[in-house]
Amino acid sequence: MIKYLLSAGDLTRDQAIEILDIAEGMADVNEREIKKLPTLRGKTVVNLFFEDSTRTRISFELAAKRLSADVINFSAKGSSVSKGESLKDTAQTLEAMGADAVVIRHPASGAANVLAHSNWINGAIVNAGDGTHEHPTQALLDAFTMRKRIHGANSKGKALEGLKVAIVGDVLHSRVARSNLLLLNTLGAEVHFVAPPTLLPANPSNWKAKLHYSLDETLELEKPDVVMMLRVQAERMNASFFPSEREYARIWGFNADRLKTLKPSAFLMHPGPMNRGLEIDAISADSPQSTVLEQVANGVSVRMAVLYSLLSGERAADV
Amino acid sequence: MTTRTVLSSDDIDRAVTRIAHEILEANTALQKSGTSNLVILGIPTRGVLLAERIAKVIARNEPGTDASQLLGRLDITMYRDDLASNPTRPVTETLIPSQGIDDKVVVLVDDVLFSGRTIRAALDALNDFGRPRAVKLAVLVDRGHRELPIRADFVGKNLPTAREERIRVQLTESDAENSVVIES
Repeated sequence: MIKYLLSAGDLTRDQAIEILDIAEGMADVNEREIKKLPTLRGKTVVNLFFEDSTRTRISFELAAKRLSADVINFSAKGSSVSKGESLKDTAQTLEAMGADAVVIRHPASGAANVLAHSNWINGAIVNAGDGTHEHPTQALLDAFTMRKRIHGANSKGKALEGLKVAIVGDVLHSRVARSNLLLLNTLGAEVHFVAPPTLLPANPSNWKAKLHYSLDETLELEKPDVVMMLRVQAERMNASFFPSEREYARIWGFNADRLKTLKPSAFLMHPGPMNRGLEIDAISADSPQSTVLEQVANGVSVRMAVLYSLLSGERAADV
Repeated sequence: MTTRTVLSSDDIDRAVTRIAHEILEANTALQKSGTSNLVILGIPTRGVLLAERIAKVIARNEPGTDASQLLGRLDITMYRDDLASNPTRPVTETLIPSQGIDDKVVVLVDDVLFSGRTIRAALDALNDFGRPRAVKLAVLVDRGHRELPIRADFVGKNLPTAREERIRVQLTESDAENSVVIES
């Protein structure tokens, strides 16, 4: 089994489906009165967060705790990182304290990769978002949410063949978009990116996705099964990528009128946190077709499955 | 490798029928009549199939039995004590009858009783679903070599074996035939 989850592209189709199936079982546990399993008792999971996060950190923390692991939350603010400690020294400190798994979020793309291939840490490593690069557990939970919406209780073993997914908005800065692209390709879904040219990468030609430059046209012509709105990542924008927020909301934001054009079976996703009124308005965000809160709930199950997959059987791999 | 069949299809049927009757008989000691206090949980994979067979016999012999309230399955993967040393195992579904297991007599069903570690894991798992009045254990084959103080209440066949030998239980629901085979 895998020891690192760095990129959604590292997973084969079978591995991805296996994780989603395990997550299915974890979702059942999360419905129980006693939401706890003894599986990872005695293991230590470190949440190493160099960047702010609400749902990912809480979700990983809850996932590790529900599997009885000990959790250490490390955030760059209030730690020696603010005194100038390097990633290497921080990592080696954690290793010396005996971390079995490190969940890392970092503003620099490739940080998780450096950690995995540096031998600073022996334990399992999960990329929980590195800069504008990847966020594989988000892609897994999105795939899990899609599968659950479509197949309901019969989701086990299924992929996402033929599903038409439109990913809309700030693709350029979005690690969620990249990880989703890779995983959705693996699972057989069809990916459409919809964005203004300024918010697409300079050369997206090696991406297995169709590009569109108008949201309304795409909704009308492609009739997507899933619309995934991306957050406008103002904190990463060092230049002006669109004229004004009002214009962006009007042309690229999802609103009640666009909601009416969706197929009744189609649904609306958002990885959160939402900029209400910018890329998504309140009516569509809170409509029954929105899966925002389901995604959060599924996040815990999927992360439990990931931690279980990475941490069980690891000693056997070392021998 | 030599193989020897120790239980034929008919032997298995007879053992299952006898176990079902023994469960009913033991149950009347706790409750005058009926099976409303009884829950039968199979342990994947073949324990589930055996549990289904046992529940069928019970439903046939005890009028008024609600089979859906009787039968369930208990996945114990996450409760195993050897997770760290074995490859990752897939997790399967756990189904507990809607009435729950509080104050019920729970009968765990597995195919082979060996070290007893699976049953220990099952007891831990049960803990998370409620507090049964009693827990009993039914197995098709008890092959000895216990590593924990656990014993079965209902046994299809006691089968003395050497530790290296392998017991293979085959049931038509998942395999080509009904049989129990020793491989050595």
